[in-house]
Amino acid sequence: MKIWVPIKRVPDTTARIRPDKSGKNIDPADIKFVINPYDEYALEESLVLRDKIPGSEVIAVSLGPAEAGTVLRQALAMGADRAVLLEASLPIGLEIDNAQAGAALAGYLQTQPVDLIFLGRIAVDLQSGVVGSWLARQLGIPRITEVIKVEWTGERFRAQHLVRGQVEVVEAAPPLVLTAQKGLNEPRYPPLKGILAAKKKTIETVPAQMSEAALELVEIEPPPARQPVKILGHGPEAVPELIRLLRTEAKVL
Amino acid sequence: MSPMNDANILVYLESVEGQVRKASREALALAAALSRSGCGKVAAAVLDPLAREAAAALRGLDQVYFSPHRLFQHYHNEAFEKALLQAAEDFRARIVILASNEIGRDLAGGLAAALGTAVAADVTQVSFEGGTVAVRRPIYAGKAMAAFRFRRLPAVITVRPNAFADVLAGWTPGAAAPALVELPEPAEAQLRARVLETTAAGRKKTDLTEADIIVSGGRGLKGPENFQILEELADVLGGVVGASRAVCDAGWRPHSDQVGQTGKTVSPKLYIACGLSGAIQHLAGMSSSKCIVAINKDPNAPILQVATYGIVGDLFEVVPALTQKLGTE
Repeated sequence: MKIWVPIKRVPDTTARIRPDKSGKNIDPADIKFVINPYDEYALEESLVLRDKIPGSEVIAVSLGPAEAGTVLRQALAMGADRAVLLEASLPIGLEIDNAQAGAALAGYLQTQPVDLIFLGRIAVDLQSGVVGSWLARQLGIPRITEVIKVEWTGERFRAQHLVRGQVEVVEAAPPLVLTAQKGLNEPRYPPLKGILAAKKKTIETVPAQMSEAALELVEIEPPPARQPVKILGHGPEAVPELIRLLRTEAKVL
Repeated sequence: MSPMNDANILVYLESVEGQVRKASREALALAAALSRSGCGKVAAAVLDPLAREAAAALRGLDQVYFSPHRLFQHYHNEAFEKALLQAAEDFRARIVILASNEIGRDLAGGLAAALGTAVAADVTQVSFEGGTVAVRRPIYAGKAMAAFRFRRLPAVITVRPNAFADVLAGWTPGAAAPALVELPEPAEAQLRARVLETTAAGRKKTDLTEADIIVSGGRGLKGPENFQILEELADVLGGVVGASRAVCDAGWRPHSDQVGQTGKTVSPKLYIACGLSGAIQHLAGMSSSKCIVAINKDPNAPILQVATYGIVGDLFEVVPALTQKLGTE
């Protein structure tokens, strides 16, 4: 079984984000870039599935500039068998909209044997959360998004996800797209052996087929500043004043 | 034909137990505002057979697409996507709007791929300018704001819950009820994925992203059993309980309760953070709340930098006092 894991290189969630001088991108200084955490859940689950299904292979694929090679290297260290960089000479990713990302991935994966495409439900940078379903529709295959549990029944994938506050159990036969939600697993740390082995592997580089953008970025700004805090006092004595302000000033009660 | 009036809007109304979800009503309010500012007509698609009457009562819409088919009683992305594409085609919709929740995201990607466009996701402002759609939206969970413009239509948009007023709040009933249009019966045999079952395990009354009031707890709660204190305050306020990443990772609360960059981004009217220091990825997920109250022992906790009101003190004393005072008034 060929399991493809699209991964995105994103700023670590502890990073502070500032617009750069152009106002069209973020300032990359002091930012540590990592595998998108949700893609990491997808990768972990793919590695577990691979080890359960004989003759399977996990291939990590990333769309982006040459720097995206760092997250592919990390995926190899975690245990991915191969890695492919769909190289696009774009900076941090703000200039790729979700349709371009979906189309570039779909264009490449159409040329490959695919049984499962497993990616994060959302990337923590632009947070659209739609590339999985875009890709599935484009490839004409079913999808189960935001999954919290996955099993291989021998013929189908059976997955659970939360819909309208309920757990829905869905089954589909390969090929299909799954997107990973938090709670699916606890991703492994790359073992030392994996890190060493990853250094020796080559990352296959393929030029990305970029379609024309549908969305144009106009500007990035810092979020609106909040008013300074009013400290109302210490301990329970401050409670009556808090209730008064919530009613009369903030008007939220 | 002027391009201005061509841009008909289709809104997907998601419902639970026959009631249109609040986030969908907000999406509809946005569609109505766009229509008033020069877009075309507005239609809604409501696929839950139980919600048909609730949708038809929303006067001012031009059309309501519905299906009486039992297949739509449960969510099935292939059937729903196909029905929405049929409605969009019939209505000549150039803009499709959905709420940004698990179903809205799942459908938006599929619809955008089918329509050959991208999704402007989780938007907090939308305008119709020069024959196209411009949006603003938080990125990096609110650490920055970005403005985007669709180069061309069609456009698919998901709307951030709590960013727009509920349509029922300012709705002026039109003279006529909307025309009801029945969608073709779905071809069940063509569906590839099968929904085996749904279970109501751990179901919340209100989704965190749609809640008006959230009472959230961090490691200062000291253990899962102490969240009862927050549940009691949330009950008095008619709110729901959220949690920090540390708390969810420790297994004290389910991951679906997590607020932050790797959880849910929320903007309630009132967010009460208890025993929660405010890691940057948590602040990102909640700092667009209208009013933030922080109850924390540490006067230097980062949460106080984004709070509207702060009480320095032991949450085990302050929170019950707050619950009691509110409960007896």
